[in-house]
Amino acid sequence: MAILIDENTKVVVQGMSGRIGKFHAEEMIEYGTNVVAGVTPGRGGETVLGRPVFNTVREAVEATGAEASLLFVPPPFAADAMMEAADAGIKTAVSVTDGIPAQDMMRVKRFLRRYPREKKMRLIGPNCAGIISPGKGFMGIMPPHIYEAGRVGIVGRSGTLGYEAASQMKALGIGVSTSVGIGGDPINGSSFKDILELFEADPETDAVMMIGEIGGPQEAEAAAYVEKYMTKPVVAYIAGLSAPKGRKMGHAGAIISAFGESAQEKVEILSAVGITVAPNPSAMGQTMADVLAKRAAA
Amino acid sequence: MDIHEYQAKEILAGFGVPVPRGGLAYSPEQAAYRARELGGDAWVVKAQIHSGGRGEAGGVKVCKSEKEVAEFAAGLFGKQLVTRQTGNGGKGVYRIWVEEASDIAQELYLGFVLDRKTERIMVVASSSGGMEIEEIAEEDPESLVRMVVDPAHGLAEYQARELAFRLGLKGDQINQMVKAVRACYRAYRDLDATMVEINPLVITGSGDLVALDAKMSFDTNALYRRPQVEALRDPSQEDSREAMAHDNGLSYVGLDGDIGCIINGAGLAMATMDMIKLSGGEPANFLDIGGGASPERVMTAFRTVLSDPNVSVILVNIFAGINRCDWVARGVVEAYKAEGLTLPVVVRLAGTNVDEGRRIIDESGLPLITAETLAEAAEKAVAARPKRAA
Repeated sequence: MAILIDENTKVVVQGMSGRIGKFHAEEMIEYGTNVVAGVTPGRGGETVLGRPVFNTVREAVEATGAEASLLFVPPPFAADAMMEAADAGIKTAVSVTDGIPAQDMMRVKRFLRRYPREKKMRLIGPNCAGIISPGKGFMGIMPPHIYEAGRVGIVGRSGTLGYEAASQMKALGIGVSTSVGIGGDPINGSSFKDILELFEADPETDAVMMIGEIGGPQEAEAAAYVEKYMTKPVVAYIAGLSAPKGRKMGHAGAIISAFGESAQEKVEILSAVGITVAPNPSAMGQTMADVLAKRAAA
Repeated sequence: MDIHEYQAKEILAGFGVPVPRGGLAYSPEQAAYRARELGGDAWVVKAQIHSGGRGEAGGVKVCKSEKEVAEFAAGLFGKQLVTRQTGNGGKGVYRIWVEEASDIAQELYLGFVLDRKTERIMVVASSSGGMEIEEIAEEDPESLVRMVVDPAHGLAEYQARELAFRLGLKGDQINQMVKAVRACYRAYRDLDATMVEINPLVITGSGDLVALDAKMSFDTNALYRRPQVEALRDPSQEDSREAMAHDNGLSYVGLDGDIGCIINGAGLAMATMDMIKLSGGEPANFLDIGGGASPERVMTAFRTVLSDPNVSVILVNIFAGINRCDWVARGVVEAYKAEGLTLPVVVRLAGTNVDEGRRIIDESGLPLITAETLAEAAEKAVAARPKRAA
């Protein structure tokens, strides 16, 4: 079923009454995503895009059986909205919002730990483009038409660089099972490793394209996981070869502040465990094509 | 966002961290007056710039007379102080901090950072203060003590006490350390800091703890709820181009090369810079134009990039999702005409409305260079650089 979302996943949109929330919810519905409700505090009882709007996530879940939530909530209120979703029993939440204070995310991550593993909400983002299973549904702000349905998973921090990878693969006839943006913030809901685990377990994914960047320990953590547990091939690219140390490159988390956080060091760490690293960002698709061809021949 | 040492000391003192008495000066005369006000026979005169390594760069001096204070200050004011962290341009000295000299028996290190592995605030301390944390990690890793704070409960007293014992402190120093560590944690938490560093935290000859230096950085995403922190912003310490871009909603970082970049998305921007480098060129900047790149925004981006005199070529790379290629193309054409450009501009468009965007570029009649792929765009930008006389 790909991962995280398919055509049956019941989705609520927190903030659907707002201009941006409504715009993207409409695109999602048009694509075939099963959007069942919106949530906007104080707007309960209204209808947006033909879907009922509720005051709380709990009411929306009780009335519709929703299991996933996409959050279009401004930074000052985003953390609270994530915790509300978790407490209402949402299984997968995607937060697009850029600009959430780091300590708010620290609190959210701590909050999520109060739930036992089987009841714990999976948070994707914040500051990400969202998730898409081509031909089935999507939650986020990506242009869905650039993705071809297929059997390669994509996981990356950056939105537009993920688009770049998907379209390079599409040009070579390689489709995508699910593409997941984990976001550019220093503290995020799901790490590369978390998503690799899902792709490894997904029968509809044959290989994974992983797009990392400077800053933070998550690529190294993913490398350790790949070395020990991953049977499917992983192709990677790490952005920021030319980024100077100590300067924040757009994303709040894209800053080299410790050992092992530069692009060069990450490339070495990934290569050492057998991950094929694309030599340049224009060769992500071709590198994946070569790896798939080699696997088919073997 | 960074602040000055004296501002960090004022904040930390407010939370209960002991700091030396001192005063701020905007002129050599005022510096001498501050020394007289403080009394005593020795003062530390410190240039206030947003950078570490001020001591070895000649920005800090122990002075023994008011005259010496005034002379040293006179030599610093208005100067661009170059440290190993500032880059070649240095940072301007417009404020000087004069404080009473302390009697140092031992130097400790105390720092608070966001640890991305545990996704929590981490306290790092060492009995080898005075040098940079990276040096301590290299030369005396055994001395490092780390504590991770659970955000649900805060820094517990036992953690602070354990830290004090592991640093080898004794007697009343233990209580002083517990108080200082918890004060720093509260300052970090309550003001949305991203870093607090006291280096050195000294034990004086009489056995008391004092913060001789202090550094704080803050989460820019949280400034909306910390107006008292935002008020400490000092534009004289910021790159004027980066500040201008920031005020216009663009994310910009100036670099040393000559290929100006206008790109949407931080990841694609970094990747494009990498591609330029791999093609034999050097990027002049990082610039993320963000979502919803209207023609006006594209124009602002052009102006920002062009304000760097080193730029000899501009590379525009847009993968439109929420953006639309036709808007961007229109913006490029308008900017080219409005700015009366003569330098080469390479444009690579992909994604939403790409055909319409390319048509606008082709039919503009302007000498814009188009490219289909990321690699082609970078190669063309590198090739378009004017040949320099050998």
